[in-house]
Amino acid sequence: MLAPVLHVLPMTAIVRERSLPVAGRVTAHMNQRVNPTDVIAEASFAREHVLLDVARTFGVSTTVADKLVKVKEGDRLAQGALVAESGGFLSRSIRAPRPGRVMVIGGGQVLMEVGDAKIELRAGLPGTVVQVLPERGVVIRTVGALVQGVWGNGRIDSGLMRVLLEKPDDVLMADRLDVSLRGSVILGGHVRDAETLRVAAELPIRGLIVSSMVSPLIQTAYQMRYPILVLDGFGGMPMNSAAFKLLTTNKEREVTVNAEHFDRYSGNRPEVIIPLPFTNEPDEPEPYETFAVGLTVRMRRPPFAGMIGTISNLPAGLSLLQSGLRAPAAEVKLENGETVTVPLVNLEVVG
Amino acid sequence: MPASLVQTESILAIDVGAAVTRAVLFDVVEGVYRFVAAGQAPTTAEAPFRDIGIGVREAITALQNVIGARFLTPDNNLISPAQADGSGVDAVVATISAGPAVKTVVVGLLSEVSVQSARRLAETTYSRVVETLDLSDHRKPEQQLDSIVRSRPDLVLLAGGTDGGASRSIQKMLDAVGLACYLMPMEKRPMILYAGNQKLAGEVQELLGGHAGKLQISPNIRPSLETEDLAPASHELASLVMRLRERQIRGVDELNTWSAGNILPTAYAQGRMIRFLSKLYESTRGLLSVNIGASATTVAAGFAGDLTLGVYPQFGLGESLTGLLQHTDLDGILRWLQLDIAPNTVREYLFQKSFYPSSIPATRDEHAIMQAIARQALYLAVRSAQRNFPANGHSVRTELMPPLDLILAGGGAVSEGASLGQSLLLLLDAIQPVGITPLLLDQNNLLPSLGVAATRNSFLPVQVIESGAFIGLGTVISVSATAEYGEQVLRVKLAYGDGTEARADVKFGGLELLPLPSGQTAKLSLQPLRRADAGLGPGRSGSVTVTGGAMGVVIDARGRPLYLPADPVRRRELMKKWHHTVGG
Repeated sequence: MLAPVLHVLPMTAIVRERSLPVAGRVTAHMNQRVNPTDVIAEASFAREHVLLDVARTFGVSTTVADKLVKVKEGDRLAQGALVAESGGFLSRSIRAPRPGRVMVIGGGQVLMEVGDAKIELRAGLPGTVVQVLPERGVVIRTVGALVQGVWGNGRIDSGLMRVLLEKPDDVLMADRLDVSLRGSVILGGHVRDAETLRVAAELPIRGLIVSSMVSPLIQTAYQMRYPILVLDGFGGMPMNSAAFKLLTTNKEREVTVNAEHFDRYSGNRPEVIIPLPFTNEPDEPEPYETFAVGLTVRMRRPPFAGMIGTISNLPAGLSLLQSGLRAPAAEVKLENGETVTVPLVNLEVVG
Repeated sequence: MPASLVQTESILAIDVGAAVTRAVLFDVVEGVYRFVAAGQAPTTAEAPFRDIGIGVREAITALQNVIGARFLTPDNNLISPAQADGSGVDAVVATISAGPAVKTVVVGLLSEVSVQSARRLAETTYSRVVETLDLSDHRKPEQQLDSIVRSRPDLVLLAGGTDGGASRSIQKMLDAVGLACYLMPMEKRPMILYAGNQKLAGEVQELLGGHAGKLQISPNIRPSLETEDLAPASHELASLVMRLRERQIRGVDELNTWSAGNILPTAYAQGRMIRFLSKLYESTRGLLSVNIGASATTVAAGFAGDLTLGVYPQFGLGESLTGLLQHTDLDGILRWLQLDIAPNTVREYLFQKSFYPSSIPATRDEHAIMQAIARQALYLAVRSAQRNFPANGHSVRTELMPPLDLILAGGGAVSEGASLGQSLLLLLDAIQPVGITPLLLDQNNLLPSLGVAATRNSFLPVQVIESGAFIGLGTVISVSATAEYGEQVLRVKLAYGDGTEARADVKFGGLELLPLPSGQTAKLSLQPLRRADAGLGPGRSGSVTVTGGAMGVVIDARGRPLYLPADPVRRRELMKKWHHTVGG
């Protein structure tokens, strides 16, 4: 059976597409070295539209109204620019209510887009541009450690990683946060109160990586202006040992916390990237595997949720679970030496 | 092609669910079509696979392993038609429910008329209404337009106007939709279904044809103020949704080719089958089919050939679980728990399960939570659908279900229950049928596949159903009464064909099982007390012939609506007792 892979890798090639939600201008170029905060593409889009009803304003038919329009589709207009004029002895006019662009003319109406908004797309990770996607963005490649999580609050930033947990099941409390952590990315354990998130915002910090969080904190987490990345899930889950070992051994390094939303269709998911020097460039990791004896796996669901182990056997047929259900399962040897039976659909390969 | 010319072909039915993909083989055995076997694999619509073809081939491989025949070549291509050596299949049919909820904009004239009908139409597929426009909307035209653009719809449903009636107001709506589409990038333009005043069909084609992802025009869903007819439009909608899935999910186009276009949204195929069965068996009351899946909970009810189809992605047991608490409070789920589990554990379960929709409960606690969530999701879905039942499907008491001739249940939560007893109890708790109702379990989720297979061969569904492809859970006698807990409300006697009898004195709040194996019938005598109604009318006694099943004859005297004590300790004790009755 095919197995999804959770990437927790000390050294790998990381290739990520960064693209605008609408067509725009790509400012980065091929082979350019970029930092996470560099703008690599930008776009402007209209926040809203204004419909000018020429026919109704002048009290004429739509055919006549179209002939009274003095602008063309695509024209950029300043506020007050003439849009249409009725002509005659007592000529009346319609002027642009706001600066904008003429989108469509027809049916006696003029549609303008107004309220230009700019989007600046940042690189999000340090690396090299290996492909330019015209009008959309770029593909960036870097090499380093990669740790994926399950939830993010949609923000992205980089900073020096400071470690505030000694054990995978530590709880991060507000009293551990002091001014010496300002501007850094904090690696914490479980978060169970909003106070911790708010104190971190006040410092401020540039990112927070946690093992787990209680679900009532989700709304508060969305309000924070720094990225919050949850590695293992909601509830009181300890940090999985693979991520714990990898992240704690990289303390005081520059890390990028991309706490983007988990999009199950695109495959984008929250992740921590730690750029590292290398001699031989590694390959990109496999996106999926086939379950096999010897593979390292992470348990997704209780009773061993978040624990790491190694597949020791793949029994044929269906196995009976404690829940009473029967499903294809693997025997997994946990790090404490215990061997447990876990349904395959509750496993993901770590690699 | 006439059915008689293709009736001996083997048919491979593929069902691509949000979590599981199934490959099912139907073939002719001893002159009639039968369900032969099924194989399944996790669905691969999502990352990292992002191609349903991978999961489809895995499911077919699992099927090959079960029956020892080959359907795929060594390089994974389908073998079709069937070969002399027994490999391959003659035809493929497919259903699909995988994919994100379809973001839908509903546009109509009157909020209580065409908009209501368009919303009901939207409910016949995997949609989520993100914006509604009607005459009562006092926003400026440009604000309406911006609102459509911002909602980034996959689909626009346009309705309004009776046939030959007013057209000017609809034209304004068309302008707003047309402009909004024009402003969207070409590849993101929505599909549009127009189901309004037919006089405007030509104009709609001219105005919107060039700006929509695809435009489909169907007969009016409100041909007159008094009449609603969703059937032709829901057929067109099913076809549009398949086009959308082709655009969204890799591998759908290949499945479309394999099946020569015999591919439908799963819920639509389920509904089609219920309508067909409702006509075929001349159901005087109604047939109800429920499916609790990862992508949605679907309810299809057939009353004298009229179909009510409700597809509720918000009550699906997969990625949408995080949003369930927008439709129910946590107590609504907790009331179904037979174990003492902390509310926060249940809340966190919803999130963890939504991260991994294909995962399954491995512990007793997790299984209890999942069963409680499934009960509440089905309870809500059935009540939502009930509001749309036709007049002949209304109950005397609006809070109760109408009497039904049959309930047919499928979907992961019931078909993968740890025991048939648990599945039975889940269905009784959530649906709360009244009167005398046989219950069937579609353990292999065959119903939608039969619905789409019927397009190739109309004999196949009937023959497969009559060959016993569904598990008969039994016949349920639901007792409505005004009584105190523990008071006797019914005396029953079951007379078997061999002359033996079983008797029970049923107390209010109780659940009793009388054994009657599948395939057997027996005469059931009912003698209600305290004017209780056991399906024959308040206080009326009588005898009926009942059909057996895995759970026999089930007497459910727990009250309608189901009475659950407010005290959690007492409630859990009762639930454990009921679980024990059905075998734990």
